[in-house]
Amino acid sequence: MDQREQDFLEYVQGGGQVEAGDWMPDEYRTRLRKFIEMHGNSELMGVLPEREWILRAPTLQRKLALTAKVQDEVGHAQLIYRVVEDLGKPRDECFDDLISGKSKFHNVFHYPTKTWGDVGVIAWLVDAAAIISQKALLKCSYAPYARIMKKICWEESFHILHGRDVILTLMNGTDDQRELVQEALNRWWGPLMQFHGNPIPADQDPMLVWRIKSQGNDEARQQFLDGYVPQIWELGLTVPDRALRQDEQTRRWQYTEPDWDELKSVVTGHGPKTEDRLDLRRQARENSAWVRSVLLAA
Amino acid sequence: MIYEVFRQERKGQAFQHAGSIEAADERFAESYAREQYGRRGESQALWVVARSSILQIDEFVDELNRNYHRVDGYPLKEKLKEARERAGTSRPAVADR
Repeated sequence: MDQREQDFLEYVQGGGQVEAGDWMPDEYRTRLRKFIEMHGNSELMGVLPEREWILRAPTLQRKLALTAKVQDEVGHAQLIYRVVEDLGKPRDECFDDLISGKSKFHNVFHYPTKTWGDVGVIAWLVDAAAIISQKALLKCSYAPYARIMKKICWEESFHILHGRDVILTLMNGTDDQRELVQEALNRWWGPLMQFHGNPIPADQDPMLVWRIKSQGNDEARQQFLDGYVPQIWELGLTVPDRALRQDEQTRRWQYTEPDWDELKSVVTGHGPKTEDRLDLRRQARENSAWVRSVLLAA
Repeated sequence: MIYEVFRQERKGQAFQHAGSIEAADERFAESYAREQYGRRGESQALWVVARSSILQIDEFVDELNRNYHRVDGYPLKEKLKEARERAGTSRPAVADR
């Protein structure tokens, strides 16, 4: 590492922020771009499991709320891909790499949404897990990304509201409806525990070293458990992990080790719905090609 | 075209950079900006500016070293110390007043 890189590293480690036009080391730019691109991909792919339920939503109000959520997430993708473009990768290339499976998206969007209960659990708990990561990005050393995160976090908190409302309505309903939620929770718990990634020591995590992230994976998971396990329990739901408990002294949560092999396999394109969702994205891109060409030529 | 969006949260507050959007022209830029930053009543007003119209200045070279424009042009601390020594005082004589 030469002196210029060393100075840059010290600057970001001291809380300094970087703008799009500033000089940055190649390693920083590459890691940053890859990370932000994956975030953009996840926002875009994340609407597909929910989109399946727009037509099947139980009421008009739910249909409108879900449509609005989908619109929000696509809007996030638009903002995030703009940041990626300013880092030197055109949007079209991002889409090419997404569709071909070269780039990744978050594990939770590779799974099926079996019932309306899944829709509630996604909006409530998947968005809750996501907002924990995203709030930690408000302090990202790359300022243009940190700035759009304000809007994104704010909208995600709406989605949690929507998700909680769906879940509470079901929990106040019939036994069958409560069962629907419990089954959905059972399906999503594994992926939720994998969501923040495997624990990496802070000094070995390049994302933390460059201050792209300000929170370690395990910290994020602890924060998620702190915030949401009590909320799950108070509804009379059971977390499908017998080992889950909070240590009375340290206040740390203990749990069964998440299945890291599953995480790895899923994010590298071998999830139960990976192919279907990428196919749909492929078709959507082809079908909307004329819209893009007209809009950009206007 | 890339447009930069600045938003004002409440009347009287400064506009702050919120993000950027890509649009073919101003009409599209307006509707995208409304969708991204005005849909939930979160903004009092938006400024949508073509990036190419922004004149950025980020180098401020002071060739003539005009330190009389800056705080560091007035080293009061040392001078005051010297003045106090000459006057034989050590600190402002508040108690004697």
